[in-house]
Amino acid sequence: MDTKQLYQEVILDHNKKPRNYGALENANRRAEGHNPLCGDHIILSVRVEDERIESLAFQGEGCAICKASASMMTTYVKGKTLPEAEQMVQEFRDMATGKLNIEHQPHHLGRLTVFAGVRDLPARVKCAILPWHTLHAAFSNEHVASTEGADEPMKAIVGNV
Amino acid sequence: MSTHVLHVAQHTDLDVERIRADFPILQRRFNDKPLVYLDNAASSQMPKPVIDRLVRYQTQEHANVHRAVHHLSEIATAGYEGARRKVQQFLNVGDEREIIFTRGTTESINLVMHGYGRAFIGAGDEIILSAMEHHSNIVPWQMLCQEKGAKLRVIPMNDNGELLLDDYQNLFNERTRFVSIAHVSNALGTINPVREMIAIAHSHGVPVLLDGAQAVPHVLVDVQALDCDFYAFSGHKLYGPTGIGILYGKAALLEKMQPYQGGGDMILSVTFERTTYNTIPYKFEAGTPPIAAAIGLGAAIDYVTEIGLDRIAAHENALLNYATAQLSALPGVRLIGTAHHKAAVLSFEIDGIHPHDIGTILNEDGIAIRAGHHCAQPVMQRFGVPATARASFAFYNTFNEVDALVAGIKNVQQMFS
Repeated sequence: MDTKQLYQEVILDHNKKPRNYGALENANRRAEGHNPLCGDHIILSVRVEDERIESLAFQGEGCAICKASASMMTTYVKGKTLPEAEQMVQEFRDMATGKLNIEHQPHHLGRLTVFAGVRDLPARVKCAILPWHTLHAAFSNEHVASTEGADEPMKAIVGNV
Repeated sequence: MSTHVLHVAQHTDLDVERIRADFPILQRRFNDKPLVYLDNAASSQMPKPVIDRLVRYQTQEHANVHRAVHHLSEIATAGYEGARRKVQQFLNVGDEREIIFTRGTTESINLVMHGYGRAFIGAGDEIILSAMEHHSNIVPWQMLCQEKGAKLRVIPMNDNGELLLDDYQNLFNERTRFVSIAHVSNALGTINPVREMIAIAHSHGVPVLLDGAQAVPHVLVDVQALDCDFYAFSGHKLYGPTGIGILYGKAALLEKMQPYQGGGDMILSVTFERTTYNTIPYKFEAGTPPIAAAIGLGAAIDYVTEIGLDRIAAHENALLNYATAQLSALPGVRLIGTAHHKAAVLSFEIDGIHPHDIGTILNEDGIAIRAGHHCAQPVMQRFGVPATARASFAFYNTFNEVDALVAGIKNVQQMFS
């Protein structure tokens, strides 16, 4: 898929009408991701119950690739267990950096493979990956997990890949 | 703007097609489309005479300079010192000892920070910068402030991206020790009234460094007429190689300064007890210098001098005026940096579209622009944007390429509509 196709598919849908946009009132996992070089900025709030993602939402500013990646991510990981979601984080990252061949290797990315083309845009890989890094940061934050709720949201600044 | 006006604006007396033939890289195609290279403020391309000069040096003339009695070393030294004299003429410097070869503008500024700043700027002293500085003219001074307990004072600018001279005057006090400002802004294109600003600083007895990285490709620089104390620029923005830069400094100041780095070539004698430093400029050129790059810069200076910087500036101004008129006419496009005096840099944003998306989509059409903060984050903060898209023109750019940019922007807007 060439860049224009990627943009057309992704932008027509998710950039204009981002899914799960906003902040969750009852979140018990939060993280903030930032690409200092381009100003992409994502705040993710997640509700996890029994090791499963009940709901999640994102807010932030960024380029179309970053916003669309965040929007699609929220629809794909909702309802997944934490290990399942972590596996998707890994697979998405490998796909975007060209380590996972989506044609020949097994994966669970479904339509997220629309982002496979960013591997040919080295300067933009970090835009697509940022929401996934932020999700990973939200999960690996044991402190927040134990406080039950958003009283002490802990920031995780996610840098460049 | 009427078609008639645009038609008139599209004529200059530069034979651009002939000039383009000198630049091999401009013949490249990407995605089966001709390269439209509009990122000249980041780095410009090298013409064949410069490339040929580099090849001749490497194949016929290379040896270390200032070292040996053999032929090659003499030839290399003559080439290297010859390049210094070309720079001397180019900037109208009185004394060739006032030209120091560095790796680039960044190193030139760092050299002044270390050699002058650390010796003559102390706790409670103040350094004046402007709101439109490149990071390379902010960070070294910040490091000095941290080390010494000195303070930065910043000249503000208006919404067009022009420095406010009244505020500048008011920044001076008895603690002001140094002024370091851009001659031309890389993010906005503004040409600052540096002659006047230098006179103001001198009336307070304060020396001035000009960051000329964006100025030398577009503006005739005469350091004696400007009366600046230091002037810095880079070879690769002047159609020369990367890895070479220039620091001009008044001899009286350079003599007072400490060396920036220690090593070979910057000494007269060394014992384990004591080292006697070499005279200027060699005191500041420790180690084997970038000989080939210096000679390449000399060839680049010859090339632009032969075409004539006045003709180059006239063509670039015509391109800038044409592009400014075209982009201003596009709904949803906002220009950032609309100073009265500008070099051929056009920063812009498009409603609702991130500059990186603009850059990526234009790239699909073979159009190379810069998208980002242009190493000038305070400028982005001043205009309330995370980044801008920036087209920057050289004398080898054409009016057709401006048209390609405009068509590309329309295409981006259409994709996002």
